[in-house]
Amino acid sequence: MTYAYPETLPPDTRTDAEREAEADGLRKVWEAPKGLRYWTAVNNTEVGVWYTAAAFIFMLFAGVLALIVRTQLSVPGNDLVSAEFFNQAFTLHGTVMMFLFAVPIFEAVAIIILPQMLGARDLPFPRLSAFGFWCFIIGGVFVCGSIFFNAAPDAGWFMYPPLATSEEAGIGADIWLLGLSFIEVASIAAAVELIIGVLKCRPPGMHINLMPLYAWYVLIVAGMILFAFPPLIAGDILFELERMFDWPFFDAARGGDPLLWQHLFWIFGHPEVYIVFLPAIALLAMIVPTFAQRPIVGYSWIVLAAVGTGFLSFGLWVHHMFTTGLPSISLGFFSAASEAVAIPTGVQIFVFIATLLAGRIVFSVPMLFAAGALAIFVIGGLTGVMVALAPFDWQAHDSYFVVAHLHYVLIGGVLFPIVAGIYYFFPLVGNRRLSDRLGKVGFWLMFVGFNVGFFPMHFAGLRGMPRRVFTYPDEIGLNMLNLVSTIGAFIFAAGVLVIVWAVVRPKGREPYAARNPWNAGTLEWVAEMPGESWGIRSIPIIKSRYPLWDDPNLIADIDAGRYYLADASEGHRETIVTSVLSAQPLQCLRVSGPSFVPMFSAAALGAVFIFLTYHWWWPTLVAGVLALVGILYWLWTATAVIPDKAQKDVGLGLTLPIYVSGPKSVGWWAMFITMTGDGTAFGSLVFGYFFYWTIHDDFTAGVGGPGAAWPMAALAFFLAAWIAMLVARRANAAGRPGALRGLLVLSLTLTLAGSAAGLTGPWLHGMDPTTHVYPAIVWVLVIWTACHGAVAVIMQGFCLAGSLSGRLTRQHDIDIHNVVLYWHFLAVTALVTFLVVGLFPLAQRSGG
Amino acid sequence: MLTSSPFLAGCAGIQSALDPAGVEADAVAALFWVMVAGAAVIWLAVMGVLYYATRRDRVVHSETFAGRVILWAGAILPTLILTALLAYGLSMMPRLRPWDARAAEDAPLRIEVVGEQFWWRVTYHRDGMEPVVSANEIRMPVGERVTFTLRSADVIHAFWIPSLGGKMDMIPGRENTLTLEATKAGIYRGPCAEFCGSSHALMALAAVVMETGAFDEWLARQAEPSPGVGENEAGRAAFLANGCGACHAVAGTEANGTIGPDLSHLGSRVTLGAGIVENSKAGIGRFIAETDHVKPGVRMPAYRALPDEEIDAIAGWLKGLE
Repeated sequence: MTYAYPETLPPDTRTDAEREAEADGLRKVWEAPKGLRYWTAVNNTEVGVWYTAAAFIFMLFAGVLALIVRTQLSVPGNDLVSAEFFNQAFTLHGTVMMFLFAVPIFEAVAIIILPQMLGARDLPFPRLSAFGFWCFIIGGVFVCGSIFFNAAPDAGWFMYPPLATSEEAGIGADIWLLGLSFIEVASIAAAVELIIGVLKCRPPGMHINLMPLYAWYVLIVAGMILFAFPPLIAGDILFELERMFDWPFFDAARGGDPLLWQHLFWIFGHPEVYIVFLPAIALLAMIVPTFAQRPIVGYSWIVLAAVGTGFLSFGLWVHHMFTTGLPSISLGFFSAASEAVAIPTGVQIFVFIATLLAGRIVFSVPMLFAAGALAIFVIGGLTGVMVALAPFDWQAHDSYFVVAHLHYVLIGGVLFPIVAGIYYFFPLVGNRRLSDRLGKVGFWLMFVGFNVGFFPMHFAGLRGMPRRVFTYPDEIGLNMLNLVSTIGAFIFAAGVLVIVWAVVRPKGREPYAARNPWNAGTLEWVAEMPGESWGIRSIPIIKSRYPLWDDPNLIADIDAGRYYLADASEGHRETIVTSVLSAQPLQCLRVSGPSFVPMFSAAALGAVFIFLTYHWWWPTLVAGVLALVGILYWLWTATAVIPDKAQKDVGLGLTLPIYVSGPKSVGWWAMFITMTGDGTAFGSLVFGYFFYWTIHDDFTAGVGGPGAAWPMAALAFFLAAWIAMLVARRANAAGRPGALRGLLVLSLTLTLAGSAAGLTGPWLHGMDPTTHVYPAIVWVLVIWTACHGAVAVIMQGFCLAGSLSGRLTRQHDIDIHNVVLYWHFLAVTALVTFLVVGLFPLAQRSGG
Repeated sequence: MLTSSPFLAGCAGIQSALDPAGVEADAVAALFWVMVAGAAVIWLAVMGVLYYATRRDRVVHSETFAGRVILWAGAILPTLILTALLAYGLSMMPRLRPWDARAAEDAPLRIEVVGEQFWWRVTYHRDGMEPVVSANEIRMPVGERVTFTLRSADVIHAFWIPSLGGKMDMIPGRENTLTLEATKAGIYRGPCAEFCGSSHALMALAAVVMETGAFDEWLARQAEPSPGVGENEAGRAAFLANGCGACHAVAGTEANGTIGPDLSHLGSRVTLGAGIVENSKAGIGRFIAETDHVKPGVRMPAYRALPDEEIDAIAGWLKGLE
């Protein structure tokens, strides 16, 4: 039974006063709090702006570090800074640019503009966005601040062991590992939210092939984050266990291997390049059609190319390891795969050029930056084709050639498009257009400075200048190249400052920008000037890719509140949830408003990571308990809230349920997506187990395993607990709360027993994880599973409390659905863990 | 603070992948220039089209035409070009880096290089000779394929002589093999190419490519103690009395330490301190007295407490070890 959209809008019978009353209601509900409570805001428009500003400040900080690096290298044998400081500076430069600028800026910008493009009032989990932002700022300040205490990480942004696991690396390595793991958690949270935003929060009628291209890119990139970050988190866990407890995952003397880190790091690290590149291309995909004044040419081409790039990017990581002595066959395969990714990239670039050819350009600062981006990025792409070839990479690898290449890619492919995006989207945030004059001056300084700074580095690299050197000798032909690079870097920095000035300078006296100032075709430009807090006055029906061009009355009708959810008469923040493919309206979702809880939970969780860095065990425990309390309070008070009525008339004859559960609910999707990421991290740990098996003749090195009996007992308990949860969900659906509670208690007990049995195996067999990598990796797998068991126990207790308090009932069953979904993943995790640690050693022994 | 700029001037020969003196470097330099030419043409073409597309005084092209531009320029042409490039680039691999595990054992000249923070331990295995130990310098005959076995004693380093060929990592727990054939005699420089800690920038080696006969004569001399051992009695005594032999070996004396570089023929090496200090008596003296300044993070303590005349004597004796 599908709902039929009205062919034409019914006549509007409201008076102006009624309309104004609706608008006032909406305004009041969506208003950000005032005064100090402002910081409890969760609106995407507030959080997104904080997020963007913070990411930019981190970028400027990392830029200053780069200028110090360039100044030190301006002349040979310079002693401006010590080797020690230099190593901290370049490590932090790379780390901050990647983890605190390039990835977060994607999430920050998406949080601002994605809901606007989709005509949604907000993203589905506003408090999660705020939580992510607070995690980001706490973790970021912690990591950056370390350099003022001479304690910054100094082993390079890819942190290769054994240098980074050695004593020499000091606390900086722990700050890197724990501070960034914390931020990665926030990145994954944002990815979950953005995926659901794209899939479930589109306006009615916006079939998936009518989505703005930006939404496609957000979907692809958030999906990539989900599969790329978990391997790094798994690597971080192994790394920190080695640093903190001497478990020898990367120590060759005890069966470990430094190369495992390189694999895990680059399985993250290469997709990471595309994770930061694709969202920037997405900005161009919005800008180019606007200034060509026509729809994009080759919509399907560019979507397929972006999807292809996303997939291919996971198959290229070995090209960062061409000089590690891998077999030629691997080098050939990964060379070919690396070249292949140039093809979808080429398609995306030519889609832009083709769109311009089929239109007539309107010159503007955003287009200037877009053109500059292409000029620079194409050079980076061409040198990328060069270094993808293994024989050439043997020379170029780890030299300044690669430094040049990666900056051509990242500055051409990320920074220039982002500046174009800032110039383009600024009116949505700041209500005014940025100065054209400053934009042009900034552009030419940046463009010229960049090329003067980075082009010579190609030659410095081929003249044998390795990366990450704090100085170089005179008389080997590097002096002039480096001096020119340094001069260029400062010109570039001046250009960045001009752009920063254009953004921050006071603009109070300037007139507001016209509405839809660039005459764009997509929905975000419905925004009023100056902007309102509600996101969109009423949520329209969308039938085309460029609705503002195709329906000249659309803005007026939206403004008049003639579409859906035109009021907030019940005083709730509401938006419409639609189906994944055809955007059929499914639910009127009530989203949560301002709260201190996200900030409190983020601060407590941040404290856990920070205290761990200093091995302050008791404060860590206290902070952990506080974080748990904060998150449980948050879940209890603001999720799965039972509404005052079951359904709501959202306008135009459409009535939608307010409470939905299972696959229809956004919470279920969030659990599913989160657990996919969790499963990827687990898979990376299992990969580690088998990696050790492949590199050793006998990877147990004669160390006894956990036996088969205890792992099998643990597996039996876990599977029984899982079955009990399935039955519990049925009991709830059948309206038998007594049975539900009994089964929850049973399952909880079985989970505890399973976790205990899992840990008992290696414990009773005296497996000491510091002696060899085999016991260490076995312990990691069983601890991982036991920790997930502990989380399951908390969830089961939560459901039990919900059932007892009337929060979880036959009709209101979001929690039990989501927990059962968690259990599907946990059952697989337990199955894999205990089969691998319990039976694989036996199978291996009997097999050979 | 680094105050050793005059010493950094230590001339360790040239290092440029674009000025090749080896078979691999030759082939890769040719590959590079081919790619540069291709890249320049492609870049100019793309920019030309982009410039044309941004002109307002031209016809507006049809969507069909624009679609064909995507198909041909975005997909088909890149596919063809990349296929050809891959065929060319990958086909040179078997010749440049034969993947044959047995080669290392049978090689007539195998040089074992172990990366350590921040220097190179070098051992020559020549057919019919006992292994010869040296440090921080590679000597090899011209026109002969030499096998390098590469290992690490602590963290990851990378062995790279740009003039001769590409690099290969030295990874703890693993042994990598690299073969290089020099085509021109001369002195080349090889910097450590994987970040290895505070003095990564100060870890380099000199690669001396010699005529085959000269190389074999040199290697034979290296196998014996230096004649200089017996000269400069005071220097030798100071060297031994201050315990230098606990870490360093000098053939023909009781100094047989293996923690630091072997110094048996130090006086004849091209550079000091792994490619960073000029090899002179003054340079040796300075390295002994100000080790921590010359090379931050190095394991050897600075012997600035020693009287100048003792340092002078030791430096004189070491410089005489030719």
